[in-house]
Amino acid sequence: MTATFWQKVDKTGRNLAPFAVTVMMVLVGMIPVPVPGYPSVAPNLTLVSVYYWTIHRPDLMRPGVAFLIGLLQDFLVGGPLGVNALLLVVAQWAVLNQRRVFLASTFALLWFGFTLVMAGAVLLQWLAFSVLDAAALSILPALFQGLLTVAVFPAVGWLLIRVHRAFLNG
Amino acid sequence: MKPRSSGSVIRLAAPLRALAQRFSFLLLVLASIALMMVGKIESVSVDSARARVTDAFAPILDAISRPAATAARVVESAVELENAFDENQRLKAENARLLQWRQAALRLEAENNSLRSLLRVRPEPAVNYIAARVIATPGSSFVRTLVVTAGRRDGVRKGQAALAGAGLVGRVIEVGEWSSRVLLLTDINARIPVILSNTRQRSILAGDNSDQAKLLYLPPDSPIQVGERVVTSGDGGLFPPGLPVGVVTAVSERGVRVLPSADLSRVEHLRLVDFGLPGTDLDSSPEWK
Repeated sequence: MTATFWQKVDKTGRNLAPFAVTVMMVLVGMIPVPVPGYPSVAPNLTLVSVYYWTIHRPDLMRPGVAFLIGLLQDFLVGGPLGVNALLLVVAQWAVLNQRRVFLASTFALLWFGFTLVMAGAVLLQWLAFSVLDAAALSILPALFQGLLTVAVFPAVGWLLIRVHRAFLNG
Repeated sequence: MKPRSSGSVIRLAAPLRALAQRFSFLLLVLASIALMMVGKIESVSVDSARARVTDAFAPILDAISRPAATAARVVESAVELENAFDENQRLKAENARLLQWRQAALRLEAENNSLRSLLRVRPEPAVNYIAARVIATPGSSFVRTLVVTAGRRDGVRKGQAALAGAGLVGRVIEVGEWSSRVLLLTDINARIPVILSNTRQRSILAGDNSDQAKLLYLPPDSPIQVGERVVTSGDGGLFPPGLPVGVVTAVSERGVRVLPSADLSRVEHLRLVDFGLPGTDLDSSPEWK
């Protein structure tokens, strides 16, 4: 039974969902919210999305895809090139190596796992910017961003599960 | 025989695939680090590439930032409705005070004009403003920029000053066709020549990624006091002189801190200053030679 042309198009479109959703997360994470102090602690939705898709569909969230999304984020954010690309590639690699643990675990453990990934991301980001700016930057804003991201993880995760079920089941 | 061979192929393929995966990981990590280097060295071409990418995504950012802005406005107007009475009282008092200031300003303007005509001071070049809406903030803890909806075709040029409400917000660092990026004065890379309004002390305002900026290169015994206003000095000819920047909030051994007058975390619209010819203000004019 060979798939027809349209079936192939449909399948490709559906397989693009993780990429498209993650790009959308990059853009949504950049919406200006007029709350004092928000811009510097806006949750890193992109990382949540990469984390989720690496666990559930590693075939659709490959290192190259993570790299491309990170590069796009670097371009849009206006920071030094390569920082977010590095961050997402390392995160994807770390999660992929422990994927079996995550896949078999409960939501609470998934959440805990993300906390670890986020902690690593905060450190890596701080290190990269400190080296690139040649200055000892304060890690506090990044830490608060990490906490906020961990706090919104369940909500974003729920949304991603909905997208996953809508586009990629069957 | 066959199942065994295919099994060995799988046994052989698995580590190979793992190796390829690990290799691609290393390759991508190296590529990221190489990009950081390239960004440091080739900043001009990186900026133009960045402007193109930002241009491409600007319409989407514009569209998705609108509902957020509307929601914020609804919440804000509800809060304002609650405080309407108090606000009205406060504004009446402020209005009375401002009317007095207006008289003072008119008197000073007239005096200034007559003195200028006596001294034959060259008038400063006319300043045009370009209004733009903020469509994106970086969402990163280490970068303080804004993306706005005005670009080259609206007359935006690199280096223009960005103002919002009460004061200076930052400087245009990258211009696309219909979008541009503003580096906030609190970013660690921002340097703005300023002058303190009372002591006339010149200095450089530098951001450090916190909510306040600091003053650099001050003489150790400069008599700066908390509450002194900081305005642009116009040195370097990039900014017009006299744009309000902020207020000194702390003077200590560790430096002088300045709180920006504009609320940088909730800028919705800003004005980009098109300041005629750069360098006209402080160039020695022919009359003086």
